[in-house]
Amino acid sequence: MANYMDIIAGCKDKTGGIIEAYHAIQKEYNYIPEEALKEAAKAFKLSEAQAFGVATFYSYLSVKKRGKYIIRMCESAPCHVAGADEVLKAMEAYLGIKVGETTPDNKFTLELTECVGQCQATPVVTINSEPVFNVKPEMVPGILAGYK
Amino acid sequence: MDIKLTIDGKEIEVPQGTMLLEACRKAGADIPTFCYDPDLKLAGSCRMCVVQPKGWRNLVASCVTPAQNGMVIETESSDVVEARKVVLELMLARHKLTCHTCEKDGECNLQDYCYRYGVTESRFAGKVHNLFKDDSNPFIERDYDKCVMCTRCVRACEEITGARAINVMDRGHHAHIATAYDGSLEDSPCVFCGQCIMVCPVGALSSKIAAGQGKPAQNDKVMTTCTYCGTGCTFELNVKNDKIVGVTSNRDAEWSPVNKGALCVKGRFGWDFVNSPERLTTPLIKENGEFRPASWDEALDLAADKIKAVKEQYGPDSISMFSSARITNEENYLAQKLMRAAIGSNNVDHCARL
Amino acid sequence: MTQEYRVLLEHADKINPESAADYIQVGGYKGLEKARSMNPKDLTEEVKKSGLRGRGGAGFNAGMKWSFVPQYPETKYVVCNFDEGEPGTYKDRIICQKNAQALLEGMAICGHAIGSNNGYIYCRGEYPFVVEMLKKAIGNAKESGALGEFNIEVRMGAGAYVCGEETALIESIEGHRGEPRFKPPFPGVEGLWRMPTVVNNVETFACLPYIMTNGADWFAGIGAKSYPGTKVLTLTGDIENPTYFEVPTDYLLRDVIYELGGGVKGGKKLKAVQVGGTSGAFIPSQNLDTPIDFDSMGAIGAALGSGAVFVMDESRDIVDIINRIAKFFEHESCGQCTPCREGTFRCKEIMERINTGRGSLKDIENLKVLARIMQKASLCGLGQAAPIPITSTLEHFEYEYLRKLV
Ligand SMILES: Cc1cc2nc3c(=O)[nH]c(=O)nc-3n(C[C@H](O)[C@H](O)[C@H](O)COP(=O)(O)O)c2cc1C
Ligand code: SF4
Ligand code: SF4
Ligand code: SF4
Ligand code: SF4
Ligand code: FES
Ligand code: FES
Repeated sequence: MANYMDIIAGCKDKTGGIIEAYHAIQKEYNYIPEEALKEAAKAFKLSEAQAFGVATFYSYLSVKKRGKYIIRMCESAPCHVAGADEVLKAMEAYLGIKVGETTPDNKFTLELTECVGQCQATPVVTINSEPVFNVKPEMVPGILAGYK
Repeated sequence: MDIKLTIDGKEIEVPQGTMLLEACRKAGADIPTFCYDPDLKLAGSCRMCVVQPKGWRNLVASCVTPAQNGMVIETESSDVVEARKVVLELMLARHKLTCHTCEKDGECNLQDYCYRYGVTESRFAGKVHNLFKDDSNPFIERDYDKCVMCTRCVRACEEITGARAINVMDRGHHAHIATAYDGSLEDSPCVFCGQCIMVCPVGALSSKIAAGQGKPAQNDKVMTTCTYCGTGCTFELNVKNDKIVGVTSNRDAEWSPVNKGALCVKGRFGWDFVNSPERLTTPLIKENGEFRPASWDEALDLAADKIKAVKEQYGPDSISMFSSARITNEENYLAQKLMRAAIGSNNVDHCARL
Repeated sequence: MTQEYRVLLEHADKINPESAADYIQVGGYKGLEKARSMNPKDLTEEVKKSGLRGRGGAGFNAGMKWSFVPQYPETKYVVCNFDEGEPGTYKDRIICQKNAQALLEGMAICGHAIGSNNGYIYCRGEYPFVVEMLKKAIGNAKESGALGEFNIEVRMGAGAYVCGEETALIESIEGHRGEPRFKPPFPGVEGLWRMPTVVNNVETFACLPYIMTNGADWFAGIGAKSYPGTKVLTLTGDIENPTYFEVPTDYLLRDVIYELGGGVKGGKKLKAVQVGGTSGAFIPSQNLDTPIDFDSMGAIGAALGSGAVFVMDESRDIVDIINRIAKFFEHESCGQCTPCREGTFRCKEIMERINTGRGSLKDIENLKVLARIMQKASLCGLGQAAPIPITSTLEHFEYEYLRKLV
């Protein structure tokens, strides 16, 4: 796993690039650890409160520890009418967690999202940003079994 | 270059670049504001100051909209009034309305504007936030259930004090003021200057030291200069029944030319010693290891005799003076003069040099 | 005419979007060459003359926008808005995935017009794979020399619909919270790092090479007079062909649904269609014979917006959908200004109440007041547009609300 100091150093030359740094940190850690946020604040000359304000503004970023796979269920209107609620219920039942929670083995975190721009095949779920199309409740176990 | 516009039927002239808010005030209109602060960067976010330019589809926030030549502005049209009422109702819907025990009672923008527009309750009442934080610091009470999210505190902290201790966290309706990781002020770069209290238009931020001793709006205010250091900041002692019960600051540059209301932790919060029973009220002279009260004449005579004796026995250079930043420049001048002219020593120093 | 008319997507899937050489083979980068042979003023005039209007929602004349950029400062920016956050919209992704080089060429043309060599593409965080592809496409175009001195950097959003608003987008590139700025100043005068900046949508930029190669008059002659050209639409909801199409802008909404879209799914009857994304108005079936262009849509109280077309069949529960949309805005409000921060939350609360059978007539009255003030007094377009789905359904589908009241 890359060290967050190196990750931040890699983005430092991008003016205002703290969000790029956060993306890179999240790619490794699945969330932004506190020390990494503080380091990023220093590198981009923000106060910690400001860096925290940025991190908590964007719903794609998280300052809380998350699982290895982040499942995001789209619930925007096109996915909603295509049955996103039922898929979500199937997800919750299969994983035994509610939206916003992480499975005890730290494998899956379940989140809601607004449209991810794949509306040709609703409802859509993304798993670590990879979209899965036309999801039906009965497909959930099969899809998630693929993630080890 | 001056531009002409009409405000509530009155034609006025203002320099190019003047914001509508200023132009309206110049025309005698009383525009309510929350987020506007003449000493801080503009936010344009509370939308309380909206006015109606004739022929425009939407209302504009007067604090951030430059006046244009030929504009015709109404500051209390029915749309404007409705918008301000709705803004107030939206604020009230999440507000912990406890004016009777609130430190800000009597000089609170929310209270005053609700009175002005006859807003007694909110049509949008519903879920509230419960954001109150028991912050263990000794100085500042933070009750964000009374916050209207004007962000003046955030801007004051950055632009006046430079501490950048607080910011907005989260977004949308969940947005609120917080330190990094929503922790306590003591764990942040906060220096407890209280500038955030000074700019807060409502009772979300208040002084813990002054709490419960008298509402600032009802206290007598005595303008004075802070005695802590030589900077000479002006502030107002809040006095009730001949007792100092708090410090607030006047931001008017005419009254407060040195600091425009800004203070440090000592000036804003360090006044309670005045009423301490442990305070010395006469000079003390030490005899046989014990202090006894003495008169000023007796104490000064004793000090003069001793200095004279030392000077005679060891010469003037054996005496030095260390003066204080808590006295004024003029007093410091007199102090060094006493040393140089009366005692004859150049050994003069000052704590502010350390 | 019920055919697609492909300009931006003519060579879709036949060329490799990463490859400048592929693109050049089908006539690419000729437009930039021509643009660079012109002086910037004439170039801007030419674009103005083509009638090209912004494809990101506001429909502002592109050449006109460029003409507001002052000449003197050295540093200026060309920013591509690829935030594409409107639910039901993915046309910018399609344009990039099929024809990325046209976007790059369009940005460089704009760069020549305003005197800038600094381009940024702000791509939504949900498209990391498109970001990778764009970086390769830029690398390839730079290597081939096609872009000349013009540089393009890709920055990523991170899950905030409001960052599609041009000034919030600028704040986000600067590494801040994506809170819109008050206007004026407009970005053309004070944008990225307070320097003059042109922000245009992906599709707007991608039209430019074709305008330059085929001429302004050619473009002005396609589709609707006041909003010429083609428009890429994305069809979602209860539709037989949930996919994307490129059509001339005088194309009828009815044909979008019944010809290209293959009709309402399962042969059901249409109840409503929402055009332009989640902030668009709900259009009842009696208004289907309207061309999709900006002004025609405006005339029926709707908006072309991003070009998303969301179809709802007769069985759909309008109030439930509006409830969902209200939740979207509550989630996406930046939280800066009072009418939107508090208003979107209270709208959601009231809609939830109505949707679950606990609402009253009073709630509907309050919704109307709130909607009016959000539209009139919010700081940015998000809060101003957020009530449109509510007001348009209260206008056309009020009975759906009434039957759910206690
Ligand atoms: C809330 C909000 C979201 C927006 N989202 C987008 C977007 O995702 N993509 C876009 O191109 N324009 C979006 N816009 C419009 C932009 O502010 C801006 O008008 C546009 O990028 C200008 O480009 P154009 O003239 O080429 O359309 C949005 C506006 C608002 C108010
Ligand atoms: S902040 Fe103002 S409105 Fe709120 S309780 Fe205090 S005095 Fe009343
Ligand atoms: S007391 Fe001063 S430093 Fe502390 S948060 Fe308030 S303004 Fe900032
Ligand atoms: S605490 Fe006071 S100053 Fe700070 S945002 Fe809230 S109301 Fe404004
Ligand atoms: S209208 Fe909404 S999104 Fe726009 S500035 Fe106000 S709170 Fe933010
Ligand atoms: S609405 Fe779900 S992906 Fe677009
Ligand atoms: S005072 Fe003008 S918007 Fe707040």
